Formats: sequence, structure tokens, C-alpha cells
Amino acid sequence: MEARLTRLPAGAGLGVLGLALVVVAAAGLAIGPVAVGLRELLPALLGSGDGQAGFVVQELRLPRIALGALVGAALAVSGAILQGLFRNPLADPALIGISAGAALGAVTVIVLGERVMGSFGLGVPAMLMPAAAFVGALVATLAVWRIATRGGSTSVAKLLLAGIAINAIASAGTGILTFLADDTQLRTLTFWTMGSLAHAGWAEIRLLAPWMLALACAAPWLARPLNAMLLGEAVAGHLGYPAHRMKQSAVLVCALAVGASVAMTGLIGFVGLVAPHIVRLMGGVDHRWLLPASALLGATLLIAADALARVIVAPAELPIGLVTSLIGGPFFLMLLMRQQFAE
Amino acid sequence: MDGLPQAHALPPQAASDTPVLEARNLHVSAGRATLLDGVSLRLQPGECLMLLGPNGAGKSTLLRVLAGELQPGQGSVAVLGRPLDAWHGRELARVRGVLPQQCAVQFPVTAAEVVDLGLPTTLRGEGRARVRAELLDWLEVAHLARRIYPSLSGGEQQRVQIARVLGQVWKTPGPRLLLLDECTSALDPAQQHAVMAMLKSLSRAAGIGVIVTSHDLGLAATYADRVALMRDGRIITDATPREALTTHKLAAVYDLRARVRWEPSPSVEIQGALNTRNPTPPASLETSG
Repeated sequence: MEARLTRLPAGAGLGVLGLALVVVAAAGLAIGPVAVGLRELLPALLGSGDGQAGFVVQELRLPRIALGALVGAALAVSGAILQGLFRNPLADPALIGISAGAALGAVTVIVLGERVMGSFGLGVPAMLMPAAAFVGALVATLAVWRIATRGGSTSVAKLLLAGIAINAIASAGTGILTFLADDTQLRTLTFWTMGSLAHAGWAEIRLLAPWMLALACAAPWLARPLNAMLLGEAVAGHLGYPAHRMKQSAVLVCALAVGASVAMTGLIGFVGLVAPHIVRLMGGVDHRWLLPASALLGATLLIAADALARVIVAPAELPIGLVTSLIGGPFFLMLLMRQQFAE
Repeated sequence: MDGLPQAHALPPQAASDTPVLEARNLHVSAGRATLLDGVSLRLQPGECLMLLGPNGAGKSTLLRVLAGELQPGQGSVAVLGRPLDAWHGRELARVRGVLPQQCAVQFPVTAAEVVDLGLPTTLRGEGRARVRAELLDWLEVAHLARRIYPSLSGGEQQRVQIARVLGQVWKTPGPRLLLLDECTSALDPAQQHAVMAMLKSLSRAAGIGVIVTSHDLGLAATYADRVALMRDGRIITDATPREALTTHKLAAVYDLRARVRWEPSPSVEIQGALNTRNPTPPASLETSG
């Protein structure tokens, strides 16, 4: 096979992706039940517009767009990092049990929260579900990590296998709870497992921000070691990178960011898989380009999917997880088939 | 080791130099199996040592211990007089390159990018591009620079990897070390000789100590300054090729009937295995008769 690559220069690629993000974000702010024209958009953003447009943009749509951008970026960057770490283009935060753990945590609160808190005569605090999702993600990740680590070194293959097992266990737990749930709980539960940005507010974003910041700080530091990991763990070590420390911090920071994201928005699939994939096709596998470009593309994709979710069945909203899976699934299949033809 | 033939003696100053690599009394076991059983080894700058031995003799294990990939149960490894764990990773990477036996890549990386991964981060801009181009050119893979690495043939991949490993230590002044595990196994005979000749002249020109594991007696006879023969986790012989590659020692290490002629140029004549297994297939095989 004469497989040569034509690649976009990284600077130009990031420019294009950045521009796409701005355009999609502007569209996301303008689209909705209350149409806000592009000319009204800027004053509304700056707080000098008329009352209604200003409120809709600043209090409803802006936090929603911001949440979409943060979660999309977190999922895409985590996907890119985990794919590099596992040296497997199909790795994804869902694969090593992060998402399943988070789901189990959230579903536990949905189904058992009222019963348990009610027995103490208390209501269920609003933040309990996100907190439980977050803890679930962390516990699942740490469990997988401990199982895969023997004598100070972590086997990536074992990590994947343990992830599959943890996924099965967490899904069984979620299944049992679903079985126990009553009708209203079932509805909340279903809605949550399909993902949504509808509950976006500045409070959610403040909760999410520190974990996103941790991911953003870790990513540049991880880029070069991840490049070396392309040639395998042993070679990364020969090239002088602390492979073990790097694996540890990468998995931890991804678990935190994804756990926090899932806690806020429910399960949103395929962004972590598709965004890095497209970015690699655009400009190659150098993580110094891949990580920032994935962040931009992930944010763009999720904002676009959310805009679509709001428009398709307006005035109702489709769960965003359905939109990403409906578009991401076939798109990913297409990529796979194209790759097969290329080989 | 008295009475070494003068042709293979080390350059005079090397004797007082710190060895580029020194391993003492290495023991490695996995479960009940002993993989390395008291291996000691010393390598001087500019010396090319070829490590030979049957499958499972411990060549790769030894190389992995020397590379710091595997912790020995007992014994110590020092590079340039400094124990391995006293080195800072990036610092060590600039004086020591390692080529593992296998290096699978799952992502569409180009050959040039693979070589680039080996170059130190301190080498930038035009200098970096020039070294990369020179290495690709020297290993005759320049025409493959923009091809996707996983799509290359085994031999092409091997030459790209060698370029990557050389790039790692290329611009470091002073003595350096290369550990190459079967770096010629996928090459055709002409390329095997070409690559070994290149490694040898590189090692001479820059004072780089090179250890190559191999199954090729002819290459060892032609290019090695020293040959170490391994069997059952031990180094049986560590000597000049003429001393190591004798009919007697090859029989002891490989169970092989072989003869090496040194004049006019080294050549190996292999007559067969010593304890020949029964070559006829078991009776259960369906035959055409």
C-alpha cells in the first residue's frame, strides 16, 4: 500500500477549529424558542441588550453553551489521552469503567435517595446525585487501577480487561436498581442515562471548573510522553519518560474530568471516540496538536449536538446523548469502513 | 584474556577509560525458572559486542536488564560508571539508545515522525530537520519518510527504528551506548551486512559501545569486536570472534556442527544439528502414498 499522508499544519488546523467553535457557539446562542438575531447577540452578551434577549442569552443559553463546551472538551481530551495511553484508537472513558461507575452512583441516588434520606426525615439535596456520580467514577477507576497494578507497574492490557469486568458489575448494579425503581424514578433515570445539558446553570459550571482546569494543566505536560507511548511503554521508558507516573496522573485526571462531566450532564457517548479520530485524520497523531485540537472539536461537536437536540423536536428537547449516538455511531462506522478499504 | 590477537585489541586509551556499560553478577528469575544466572559484562567505548545464543538463552532478558526495563533480582548495572537508578531518565536517554525486538504501532504515524520521536527535545528547528533527514538518508529510508509506519515492510520498519535509536544519541558528545535486540532480523542479507558495517563504523568514529543480539554467526564473525555466547542464562564465552566462534564452543552452546573459516574473509559453514531430532513426521500425518 502506498499510504502517504497529507496533513494540515497544526497552527492552521487549530485556527480552523477555533473559528468553527466560535461560529457554532454563536449559532447555539441564537437558536432556540426565543430567536435572538445575530445583531442582538453581542449587546445581549455584553449585558446592554433589551431585557428578554439579555436574560435568555446570559442566564439560559450562555451557561448551557459553556457547559457543553467544557464537557465536550473534557470528553474529547480524555478520549485522546486514554487512546494514547492504551495505544488503542478505540479506547474511550466508557471503556475502562469510568462512565459506568458514574452511572451507578447517580442511579443509586435516583432510586434509593428518597427512601434513605426520607427515613431520616430529610429531602434529597440537589448536589447529591452529581456527587454520587463523581464518587462512582472515582471508585471504578481506582478499582480498575489497583487490579491492573502489580509491583509498581501497571499493565495496560489488564487495565482494559479489568475495565470490562467493572463495566459489567456496575451495569448489573444499575440494572438491579432500575428493576427496583418506580415509574417517576424510571423516567428520571432514563433521562439521565441519555444525557442532557438542560440543567445547565452557572452553579454547575463552577462545580465543574476545577476538574477541567486540572485536565487542562495536565494535558500539555502529557503530550510528549504520550507521543513516546506511540512506540510502546518500553520505548517511552527508553526515551526517558517516567512511564508509570505518567500513566497514573493521566488516568486519574481523566477519571476526575469525565466523572465530573457525567455527574453534570449524564451519559454522552461517542464524543470521546469521534473527536480525536477526526483530529488525527486532519493533522496527524502528535499529541501537542491532538490534545488542544480535540478539545476544540469536542466542544464544537457537543454544542452543535445540543443545538440540534433543541431544534429537532421543538418546543420539546431530545436528550443530547441520543443525538451524539445517532450521528456519532454511523459516522464512526463510516470511518471504520473507510479505514478497511484503505488497508 | 591474555594473548588476545592484536588485531582485536582495544584502542590504547580505552583501557583506562570508564566502561560505557558494566553489569555485575546479574540474576533474574521468573517463578522457578532462572532466566539470568550470574551474568557479568563490561563494554568499552567504541566496542561492538555481539550477543549470541540459542532461543531462550537469555539474550533478550539480559538486554532488557541492561536497558533498565527489568529489575534484576540481584546484581547491578552501571552506564558510564553510574548505576542505572542514579541516572535521570532524560539524561540517560541521550547517552543510551535501546532498540527492542518488537515495536508495534497502532496509529498512523509516518516514518519521519517515528525518527523524530527519538531526537532529543533540545534539538530544534533546522538542526533537528537536518539530523532527521541525514539519518533517514543514511539508513536508506528517505523515500519512505512520509509513508505510514505500520504500512511498511518488516525490514523497512527495522531500518526506521534503527534511525530513531541512533537519533537519540546522535548529537550527544562523548561515549555512548546502543543496545540493539535483533536489529537485523528482518533485513535481507545485503542490508544485514550494510547495517552492521554502518554500526561498526559509527561505533569506531564516535566511541559508541554497541551490543547487538543476533542469531547470525556470519555477521558476528565479520563485524563483532567481541562475541559473548549465552546458554541457560549464563555467558559461556566472552572473547574475540576467533576465540569464541570455534567448532567446539558452537557445539557446546548451540548443539550445532559448524565451522568458521577466517581466511580470506570470515565465513560460516553449518553442517547440521548435533542431536538431530527425528525428521520424519509422526505417523498420524495423512500422506499422499
